[in-house]
Amino acid sequence: MEDVISLGVGEPDFVTPWCVCEASIYSIEQGSTAYTSNKGTPQLRDAISRYLDTRFRTRYDAEEEIIVTCGVSEAADIAIRAVTDPGDEVLVAEPCYVSYTPCVSLAGGIPVTVPCRADDEFRLTADALAESITPKTKTLIANFPNNPTGGVMQEADWRGIADLLVDHDLLLISDEVYGELTYDGDHFSPARLPELRDRTITLNGFSKAFAMTGWRIGYLCAPPEITAAALKIHQYVALCAPVMGQIAAYEALRIGEAEKDAMVREYRLRRNLFVDGLNKLGLTCHLPKGAFYAFPSVESTGLTDTEFAESLLHEQHVAVVPGSVLGPSGVGHLRCAYAISRDDLKEALSRIGAFLDSLK
Amino acid sequence: MDEKDRTLLHLLEENCRTPEEELAVLAEMSEQDVRDRIGRLEKAGVVRRYGAVVDWERAGDGNVAAVIELKVSPERDLGYDRIAERISRFPQVRSLRLMTGAYDLQLLVTGPSMHEIARFVAEQIAPMDRIRETATHIIMKTYKENGTTFAEREEVERLPYSF
Repeated sequence: MEDVISLGVGEPDFVTPWCVCEASIYSIEQGSTAYTSNKGTPQLRDAISRYLDTRFRTRYDAEEEIIVTCGVSEAADIAIRAVTDPGDEVLVAEPCYVSYTPCVSLAGGIPVTVPCRADDEFRLTADALAESITPKTKTLIANFPNNPTGGVMQEADWRGIADLLVDHDLLLISDEVYGELTYDGDHFSPARLPELRDRTITLNGFSKAFAMTGWRIGYLCAPPEITAAALKIHQYVALCAPVMGQIAAYEALRIGEAEKDAMVREYRLRRNLFVDGLNKLGLTCHLPKGAFYAFPSVESTGLTDTEFAESLLHEQHVAVVPGSVLGPSGVGHLRCAYAISRDDLKEALSRIGAFLDSLK
Repeated sequence: MDEKDRTLLHLLEENCRTPEEELAVLAEMSEQDVRDRIGRLEKAGVVRRYGAVVDWERAGDGNVAAVIELKVSPERDLGYDRIAERISRFPQVRSLRLMTGAYDLQLLVTGPSMHEIARFVAEQIAPMDRIRETATHIIMKTYKENGTTFAEREEVERLPYSF
């Protein structure tokens, strides 16, 4: 299909900051093309350890508690496999990224979704969590700031969750790949809570914050015994993350902060523009406090999210993701990634407007 | 000056023709607030002028531009200010800066031909009191101006992926 504006893909339109690319190009010219340590280069693990401490106030030992992975996708997979026995129930806070549930099944676990509702601004509540816990429950997987809803969790929100996790002796896998993209106060990393520190596997990566999707660099941080288990899987399935990407990621942490901040400022402008536009068109949408997704409701149109998304694509050439594919709480919503230029967002809004007019 | 002023300034610097209504949405404030703040910034001289970044070469304009370096003997008490003030009055001088390093003042000069620029430097600038030395560098090609890249770069086609 020609002339499609895609709000479907959760990928920054920015190109990786040039200083980062330059460092990687130079390293290739110097002949850095070999395997690295399974865990990743000591230089990068050190930098990640310092970054997490200064940025999110979580402490992870560079030698014992950090593994550099092929993107957060791999980190999520090996984290789930490291802690899941066949028959374990794994709670997945939804709506969420599509890979968690299948990864749990592949590990022999039983995925059980926990709803995060629009009325709670898509936060995970202790009540919803409590309802889903059984004697077989082993782990909770949560992703805040959230893809697809843009929902965030503050310290107070995590406290109630933490009590339940401790009472039932559960682990937490916290995917924080959108941690840099918050628009209303800094991201709160649950591993900051002392009672959660040693039962949490923190996942993060460079794709979203530094516009580095194609480099495939993420990381997993956890207490030594969990890291050791995850490392066994990592060294069999990936051996190590690509060295060019690791060098680039190190450079991103070393000198990429200003460009990262500039991108976050731009996402905030896009969010303001796009969410305002959606609400003006009558597609109710809360102002997301994180990530780069708007999650409007299509209820007012009388269409299901899938009908809306399909017709919009065919009639106006705008691609969005129907919320129902992201979990039961996503039904009736659309995931729109606003990681494209403001001019394209305006064009998308005007086409969505034309589509809504055609329904009347 | 607060964070909201800074946001407005960035938006205006990027495109000063953005409508007030859009500025209000982007910067999370009312339209009246946008007008008040911009008025204040203009009055305070923070916003100096609204203009366009023009690729004159593409416009087919035959103008020539040159960077001219001047070594200048500063004056007691005044330093470089008085001579800089005099030089800045020439309309040919598009920008003028005091530099650290091997020379003192740097001028960006435009003129209809190389000959005209040479004559301007030789007859107007070089003979001024306190100018010790001049060096003229003709600009051959502009790749980037005020943050805007002029050369067309081919967009990289991103491949579809499933999610």
